[in-house]
Amino acid sequence: MVSGLINANPVVYEKKERRARSASSCVNDEYAAEQIDQQEVFDHVRDIKDPEHPYSLEELKVITEDAIEVDDERSYVRVTFTPTVEHCSMATVIGLCLRVKLMRSLPPRFKVDIMVAPGTHATEAAGKHTLPLHYVLVCIFYSESFLKGLLLLSVY
Amino acid sequence: MAEASQLIQHIESFVNLSSSPTHQSQLQAASLDVIASLLKKNVLTIETLVREMGMYLTTTDDVIRARGILLLGELLTHLASKPLDDATIHSMLAFFTDRLADWKALRGALVGCLALLRRKSSGGVITTNDAKAVAQSYIQNLQVQSLAQHDRKLCFELLECLLQRYPDAVVSLGEDLLYAICEAIDGEKDPHCLMLTFHIVEVAAELFSDDLLANFASDLFEILGCYFPIHFTHSKAEDFDVKRDDLSRALMFPNLSLSHIMQAAFSSTSLFEPFAIPLLLEKLSSSLQSAKVDSLKYLSHCTVKYGADRIEKHAKAMWSSIKDAVYSSHEPTLSFASESLDGVGFRENVILTESLNLLDTVFKQNSGLFLSWIIGDEDINLIFKSISSYKTYKEISLQSKQKLHAVGSILSVSAKASPAACNSVMESFFPCLMHALGLSVGNSTQDCFPNDGNVLRGKLNHGALYLCIELMTACRELMASSEEFKSVAAPANERWYCLLQSYSASLAKALRSTLETSANEDSYETNVYFGVKGLLILGTFRGGSLIISNSIFENILLTFTSIIISEFENTLLWKLALKALVHIGSFIDRFNESEKALSYMDVVIEKIVSLASSHDFSMPFPLKLEAISEIGATGRNYLLKIVQGLEEAVCANLYEVLVHGNPKSAEVVVQLLECYSNKVLPRIHEIGGFEEVLLRFAVNIWNLIEKSVTFSSQGLLDATMKAMKLAVGSCSVESQNIVFQKAFTVLSLGTYFPLEDAASNIPILLNEFQLTQETSISSSREAWICSLFASVIIAARPQTHIPNVRLVIRLFMTTLLKGNVPAAQALGSMVNKLGLKSNGTEVHGNCTLEEAMDIIFDSKLWSFNDSVTLRSNGGLENGSSIGLTDICRGATNIRSLQVHAIAGLAWIGKGLLMRGHEKVKDITMTFIECLLSNSKLGSFSLEQDYSENSSESVVKYAADAFKILMGDSEDCLSRKLHATIRPLYKQRFYSTIMPILQSLIIKSNSSFSRSILCRACAHIISDTPLIVVLNDAKTVIPILMDGLSILSNDVSDKDIVYSLLLVLSGILTDKNGKTIGQEAVIECAHIIIDHSIILISYPHMMLVRETAIQCLVAMSGLPHARIYPMRRQVLQAVSRALDDPKRAVRQEAVRCRQAWSQSLSMKGESGDCFNHVSQ
Repeated sequence: MVSGLINANPVVYEKKERRARSASSCVNDEYAAEQIDQQEVFDHVRDIKDPEHPYSLEELKVITEDAIEVDDERSYVRVTFTPTVEHCSMATVIGLCLRVKLMRSLPPRFKVDIMVAPGTHATEAAGKHTLPLHYVLVCIFYSESFLKGLLLLSVY
Repeated sequence: MAEASQLIQHIESFVNLSSSPTHQSQLQAASLDVIASLLKKNVLTIETLVREMGMYLTTTDDVIRARGILLLGELLTHLASKPLDDATIHSMLAFFTDRLADWKALRGALVGCLALLRRKSSGGVITTNDAKAVAQSYIQNLQVQSLAQHDRKLCFELLECLLQRYPDAVVSLGEDLLYAICEAIDGEKDPHCLMLTFHIVEVAAELFSDDLLANFASDLFEILGCYFPIHFTHSKAEDFDVKRDDLSRALMFPNLSLSHIMQAAFSSTSLFEPFAIPLLLEKLSSSLQSAKVDSLKYLSHCTVKYGADRIEKHAKAMWSSIKDAVYSSHEPTLSFASESLDGVGFRENVILTESLNLLDTVFKQNSGLFLSWIIGDEDINLIFKSISSYKTYKEISLQSKQKLHAVGSILSVSAKASPAACNSVMESFFPCLMHALGLSVGNSTQDCFPNDGNVLRGKLNHGALYLCIELMTACRELMASSEEFKSVAAPANERWYCLLQSYSASLAKALRSTLETSANEDSYETNVYFGVKGLLILGTFRGGSLIISNSIFENILLTFTSIIISEFENTLLWKLALKALVHIGSFIDRFNESEKALSYMDVVIEKIVSLASSHDFSMPFPLKLEAISEIGATGRNYLLKIVQGLEEAVCANLYEVLVHGNPKSAEVVVQLLECYSNKVLPRIHEIGGFEEVLLRFAVNIWNLIEKSVTFSSQGLLDATMKAMKLAVGSCSVESQNIVFQKAFTVLSLGTYFPLEDAASNIPILLNEFQLTQETSISSSREAWICSLFASVIIAARPQTHIPNVRLVIRLFMTTLLKGNVPAAQALGSMVNKLGLKSNGTEVHGNCTLEEAMDIIFDSKLWSFNDSVTLRSNGGLENGSSIGLTDICRGATNIRSLQVHAIAGLAWIGKGLLMRGHEKVKDITMTFIECLLSNSKLGSFSLEQDYSENSSESVVKYAADAFKILMGDSEDCLSRKLHATIRPLYKQRFYSTIMPILQSLIIKSNSSFSRSILCRACAHIISDTPLIVVLNDAKTVIPILMDGLSILSNDVSDKDIVYSLLLVLSGILTDKNGKTIGQEAVIECAHIIIDHSIILISYPHMMLVRETAIQCLVAMSGLPHARIYPMRRQVLQAVSRALDDPKRAVRQEAVRCRQAWSQSLSMKGESGDCFNHVSQ
């Protein structure tokens, strides 16, 4: 499908330590609820492999913890990711990966928005680059084995 | 003749390659063994064998010839220890040597040569000429790199064997052999072979003279060097058993990893130096972390091996590389947590430690050179110049901080290296640091400050302070490690010592002043950390009062102590000061600093001990106790003092409570006792020899009890009992006897004690009023004394003499009916430890186990007055006397009495069970009878007795008795409390009782009795070692499942649900018993999954939900066909768990979902996605 790599030599950043959560009062209280927060959502997506490289999205700084917005009460998550290069044609696939992974990891009540960070991608100016839901479904149902294999490989 | 034909048959079957491969290899191994054993037994000589095999060895058919030679070679391997005559060996070796040229049948020749060359010298010797011939043939004929992996490995083994065992033969071959080695190892890729090649290089380098080697050094190193750094890219492959740092078991070097062998090869000859050092230095700048670490390790190793002269050429380059490595690997921030007080203050970093190691090595080798570079280094001097421009640590830029720390560690390494180096470093850097700090030489504490203290306060330069502390630490370590300073007078002539001494007073004062900052100040953390650390280092110099005068030392201690006493609101400072005091205390203890020990005792211990008994309540009590227990743990003498102080405080406060009824003291004394039993007693145990103290503690408490008038809450009683048990438990038999005397006196003074009744075997009259008084039980004097006495008995050693055993047993029997658990535990402990008659060792008073059992089980201890109606079906008439088992079986209609009796019987049963006594069977049968009879009752007379409080019905208690029987308890019958424990008693009990319960479950017809039986089973299963349950998995799993569904209805059972679930997950995840467990699991997959799904929504315990999901994850590994039907159901349940209130459960749910959807086909996958979205 693609003859050469789009970004053959990406900058690889150090992985952050998995932060241990500070012991909150919730731990001792059997019935207290722990809300879904930024860090938890980040933990879901940080290990997704880049479609091109054997690195995780975290290592390539495609996603960071700060780029995730979570509102547990209103059941809303927004992930803003940053492609490694401006003309990255893999942005769509990365978006798909993120979406599928989050759909599988978050409760069904959540609405998930995936965005490309403003000013980091060439197609962004041409139109909104969020991936609408039906698009994802179309991809998952009808695209040929290549894309599907890619997705599965990346998510897991 | 028959033998000959058989022999041919065996040979034929080895050589023949026509049958199926697996079958064939077995046949071949068998025939090989047969022939070998014939040879070993001398039935067959090698000569005859060779004659018989003639055709196979010489035929032109390559395959048959190869097999034939291989057979001969393998046979010789088998005969390694059998003596053979020289002629045979010689001719055989000549044959194999010749065959090395035959590349089509090479393996046999290699195996044969190896077998002969490796022979022990006892049976036949191989001459130098023979070995030389082998080597020559090797050089001429073998093209190692064109062979397959296994043959290559054999070649290398042969070469290695020649080099190691026949050096004389090989050395004479000289250049030819070296050339052959180069050729053979060039381009090797297999890790197993590489291990051999590296070793070959190492051995060869040691063997050949330097002149000869010099020509080949560059070639050899070129071949070696390209493997560096060793980095496996595909370490995931399963069959790859030589991991990077892993040990390879199958190879000849069981304890060496590939990297180590390579390191040895690198450093094997100093001729490699011109090639190795530049390569290693170059790889040091690699971006791969492991390459860096390896380079540093190899460099330190090679430095030692190559020697100072050769390294000198590279010293400059090494210095700059090390400097770079140290600069770049430092963390830019220090941690100010109390954990790092005595360490480096950085997170562990491999590169940093390795580079400092290397620096240490090269520095020790060539101090003069490196010293001059360090002192003249521009970067270091720049840092020194720039530090004065920053006032606080925070102001320093990240980059400069990194450099500052690097300089600190470089200076510290060089100062540590030797006294001379320390002198130079201190002389060139210390004065200017002191200048930066604004300190001047002061000889006494009075006039050390030229300036006003207030001007300086809080204004110490942090950068300079940091470096100064690093240097002092280095000096301290130099002093602690070096032999010279063992004699106290020696360092007096050293210049660093004079420097430090002259500044010590002013430094101490300056450091103290930094501690006076307030918490809201900007650089509070840094000030406090540096202040405490500096003072700590000053306080831990060895050599008495040489460097640090006694008054300064005492001042330091005083500073810390007053912080402990008054600055408790200042958490960080308080913690650091406590830690520092602990460090100083253990330092004094470790190095026997007698002078300092005195000061420590006077200044610190006295004050801290007085904290416990002081009536100043401004300082929070838990903090006081923390300080006391931490500091007390540092040394034996201090501990003694602290224990005494604690004991006094406990007694004083107990007196307040028990005599004056002061409720405030009760809280204090509970905390004191907890500290005593949780922190101080374990430490006493570790150090040992505190017998008297413990004895005195126990006796003192009994004295207090004797005087007491009022008795306080249950909490106080529990704490006192625990302390009493632990204290008495660690006493010797003699001391325990003394405690018993005392305790028994107190006991018999009590008015309630039925001495006459008990002595005269007349049943004790019980009335209902007495028995239902249990609510106020803990506050009565009677209960206190009885419980404390019980705790003494629980802690007794088996040899200890218990006075009046029969009387005591009767007393406890009666008290346990009132719901006094300690009494029941004491009975259990007594039957566990009492001596048997048959042993002839009548140590335990004059009562044997048999007698005790008689009193407990067979005598009718109690009678009742008319107000108590006895059940007619108990077979008893009104007014007659009854025993313990009768009450358990429901002889009375007082429910609480029966419940207490059951609990009591359970504890007694536990005591018997642990020593493996047969009587426990009867007790269990009593319980089972209870279960059944009551459940029968429950089914038809439910409305009478159980309708109001059926949830608390007696049956349930009978089922819970099994928990007492099987469970491990801290309070009683533990190893610490000297219980007699028969090995595997749980297994035994499990295997006798489970079949009975299982058959009862099958027979039971009402759901109620079934549930009760399952409950009993659940208790037993959850406390049995997993391995036993696993063998029984098939029958256990259904019961387990029933148990789970029955128990999950009641919140109060959540702990037992959890432990059952743990057993289940243990069965599911067990790797060893795969065949037994797995079958049962597959069979019951459906019910396991159903029940786990129900437990995913168990509302009362997060751990239950988490474990249930983990069980489902484990289930996903079962055969696809078996679990596929349940897939949808599981995924739905798990997706609900994604919204669990607890994070840990959600994370498990994601894992589980992943595990289950991975085992699906593509179609299922996309369908699943669709479902998900449409929900």
